Amino acid sequence: MKPELTPEQALALRRYLEGGLPRVSRPYQAIAERINTDEDQVLAQMHQWHEQGLFRRIGLVLNHRALGFTANAMLVLDVPDALIDEVGQRLGRSPDVTLCYQRPRRLPQWRYNLFCMVHGRQRDRVEARIQALLEAHLLSDLPHQLLFSTQAFKQCGGRFAAAATGASQHG
Amino acid sequence: MNLDPLSRQLIDRFQHGMPLCPEPYREMANVLGCSEPQVMACLQRLELAGALSRVGPVFEHSRAGASTLAAFAVPAERLQQVAARVSQYPEVNHNYAREHFYNLWFVLTGPDRQHLEQVLDALEQDIGLTALDLPMLTAYRIDLGFALGESDET
Repeated sequence: MKPELTPEQALALRRYLEGGLPRVSRPYQAIAERINTDEDQVLAQMHQWHEQGLFRRIGLVLNHRALGFTANAMLVLDVPDALIDEVGQRLGRSPDVTLCYQRPRRLPQWRYNLFCMVHGRQRDRVEARIQALLEAHLLSDLPHQLLFSTQAFKQCGGRFAAAATGASQHG
Repeated sequence: MNLDPLSRQLIDRFQHGMPLCPEPYREMANVLGCSEPQVMACLQRLELAGALSRVGPVFEHSRAGASTLAAFAVPAERLQQVAARVSQYPEVNHNYAREHFYNLWFVLTGPDRQHLEQVLDALEQDIGLTALDLPMLTAYRIDLGFALGESDET
């Protein structure tokens, strides 16, 4: 079935989704009622978006800290440009790394171009895992730093559609 | 928090993907061999404990709009105040203090890059500091949740 939501309904649906699914037996029915459509339309749109890659995943979104994963390190490395894809792919495959991105350098303030997140329950264990990871990939000699988080001020889902409402009024 | 067996099963089984169907919670209960009210109660416990942020899709930033990682080097005595100010912006979805000269790190999301630049300009004016603006260039691994077992370094 092809979804036939209007652009306004699709945007409203995205805004509801960004806040999470209602916890009722039929969450898509509940959203459908709010945007004046039916459950089949909402589910058809969900399937289409999922196939198009709009979602990384649909599931439980957890808060690491409340589950005891309080040691949260951002490992940043200065990798020669010619090696960045190879190193990024290798580190990205490691089960210790939950996220691995290339980002731009901002010289002279910021020289690091590869970012990896490593989570754990204890700081010393996270440090040991990162040292082992760097040694296993022969990267210990590359300039790198570990930035442990000390306080979480805010953690919520992205707000892409909410802001888009205002923007769309300007064409 | 300590996880009861059902919470652990729910997380392990449905963190990475849950059924996309009219009655997803009933389907999850069927998979785990329990009842829908048990699943609902479990999700509520996790949420009240602060362990569950929400249930639903995690948007792919590059498809859903634009995002960037930004950082400020904030004098220590201003850190709490500046962090609170940064968190007030709806475009900020993660905001952490980290041990570094650049000690406040936050993720901005929005409909497009231009919008993010406007927000960063406003923040810089508001706070009186210059931000590092580090948009993603390549994703080698995206955050697909985490394994309770694997990261649990015995």
